[in-house]
Amino acid sequence: MDLLKLFQPKTMAVIGVSLTNESHPANVIFNKNNLRQRVKVVAVNNRGGELRGEKVYESISHVPGQVDLVVIATKAHLVPDVLSECVQAGAGAGIIISGGFAETGRKDLQDRVRAIATEGGFPFVGPNCLGIYSPPYLDTFFIPSERIVRPEQGKVALVSQSGGVLVDHMVKCAAEGVGVSAAVSIGNKAMVREIDLIRYFSEDPGTAVITFYVEGFDENEGRQFVMAAGECPKPIIIMKAGKTSEGTKAVKSHTASMAGDYAVFSSVMSQYGIVEATDEFELISFAEALSCYHGSIEGRVAVVTGSGGHGALCVDACAAHGLTVPGIDETAQGELRDQVSPVIQEIASFRNPIDLTGSSVDDDFAAVLRYLSRRQDIDCIIALLLPYLPGISTDLGARIGMIYQQEKKPIIAYVPHVEKYWMLIEGFMLNDVPVAHSVEDAVHMAEALKRHRSW
Amino acid sequence: MVTREMQDILADAREHGWVMEPQAKRFFSLAGLDVPRGGLARTPEEAGQIASVTGYPVVAKVVSPAVIHKSDIGGVVTGLANREGLEETFSRLSKTEGFEGLLVEEQLEGIEVIIGAKIDRQFGPVILLGLGGTMAEIYGDVALRMAPITERDVSSMVGGLKGKVLFTGYRGSRPPDMAALTALVTTFSIIIEEIGDTIDSVDLNPVLCSWNRCTVADARIMLKKS
Repeated sequence: MDLLKLFQPKTMAVIGVSLTNESHPANVIFNKNNLRQRVKVVAVNNRGGELRGEKVYESISHVPGQVDLVVIATKAHLVPDVLSECVQAGAGAGIIISGGFAETGRKDLQDRVRAIATEGGFPFVGPNCLGIYSPPYLDTFFIPSERIVRPEQGKVALVSQSGGVLVDHMVKCAAEGVGVSAAVSIGNKAMVREIDLIRYFSEDPGTAVITFYVEGFDENEGRQFVMAAGECPKPIIIMKAGKTSEGTKAVKSHTASMAGDYAVFSSVMSQYGIVEATDEFELISFAEALSCYHGSIEGRVAVVTGSGGHGALCVDACAAHGLTVPGIDETAQGELRDQVSPVIQEIASFRNPIDLTGSSVDDDFAAVLRYLSRRQDIDCIIALLLPYLPGISTDLGARIGMIYQQEKKPIIAYVPHVEKYWMLIEGFMLNDVPVAHSVEDAVHMAEALKRHRSW
Repeated sequence: MVTREMQDILADAREHGWVMEPQAKRFFSLAGLDVPRGGLARTPEEAGQIASVTGYPVVAKVVSPAVIHKSDIGGVVTGLANREGLEETFSRLSKTEGFEGLLVEEQLEGIEVIIGAKIDRQFGPVILLGLGGTMAEIYGDVALRMAPITERDVSSMVGGLKGKVLFTGYRGSRPPDMAALTALVTTFSIIIEEIGDTIDSVDLNPVLCSWNRCTVADARIMLKKS
């Protein structure tokens, strides 16, 4: 299934625009793409006419030239005929926004649509979905531009069974500064499913990490999903809704009782190296960490801080998340001591957590991180950076980012996410060092690197 | 790998919806899994004859299509040291609803492990391994993997248990035979994939693992509802 026309179309027709109702989803989609996204967009309504000075075509067959992508937002019962016309007109792919299919008991209608598309070799997303956000090409989310929060273009692909949850993830990505390569709301996934998107994004050069929000898989679909994920060279993160099963059926074997739906789901994801996030904050943190560093670690963490309390909290969180904070031997402690400013040599602690104290300066952090990056017994460094310490400057982010670029040992930073410190944060992020918004979050990020398995 | 006799065992059990212990053990012994020596006794005399071959002590278990969880009704008696005790047990358990006989087997040592399978709607055949026995569900210390599973999966399943130390030997005890356990679980996984269309779930509980043997001490196969 070639999905390139879904994500990078040159031309797009929006079918079902209203000539009278400007807030109709099709109109919102037409308006937000027309002259604002790279795709060339035309409007279709069977009555023809004009929309904001642009010609409205009566049918897809009247649109001149090749149409790469059609967005269908007509009433559900009209979709089969509209789709047939699109296939006949030689359109490349489709997104069916319209609801009123399997989710309202009309599986028959959905099956008809799928049959038409399958026969015509015409991939489509939906029905009952928001469609695709794929900067800078297109954005079919029927949310007016002034209402949507757009994350920057980046390396994380978001795939979701729920449009609402997807928009929420985009808002949170924007807040955390996590860039998105594409966001797909797959709705009822009558044709394009998670498995197809694993295959597409594993080939997409703009995507480094793929995240999924799933409510459930069909019969045996979970098996196909993990097999496809096992072949994907990029990290995959998944979040599941519906962890609790309603009511307990009379279960007669111990195995069936202990191997509940969610227990199986969670175990199988981890068996195949798919990182499961338990909530949306974890999902975003994991995506940020794994988009910076694609390898996996065993979880031997060095903690570097300017505040003893933060170091202690971080060590506790590491233990709770299955990460170890190995001690630093005395020789190494001596070598570390020799590299820091004389003023902190006698007051800093070099055991791990390494507490450089409130008197430390940029040079001290840079020297210690460089040293730790070269040690074999440490495979990840968490740097707790508190910009209110007088010796810490906003340059330190880019400086540590450079150390990561040179040494390639994963570094995770914690910097409080407030406006005042954003320059420090960007210095890290532009150099592929993820920045957590709390100590716990930094540990989550390290955990993601451990749970992701490279194949 | 699934022989004609194994298929017949599954087919014959369809009426009750599950395969009872003697037939289930026969099924897995045909697949190459180790099961205890012993047999099904229809009379107290037969029970005594079986025990004289296996040697005392023996374990006696009620066989009835009406009893899925034998322990819940006192249907499992261990450590029977002589013929007298065995015959007394026979006469007591023969009053059980649907009584078909008494399974008399050699008594084995070892840690109690549960090995199970379930056909999951989303993921197909899934294998479970954990701490077994009658308390299995209380501790819930189990690991799950999608079949097929490899030898490496078995060691990661054991390594993920809270009670993993039981498998490496504790307080001076000899550790169980991990090679035998690994072979048992991987063979089991292959069989489960082959019969996945006909079954709902399987319990091998307990599997008794000692330093030189891993033996299926109890088994039941729940068939798929047709």
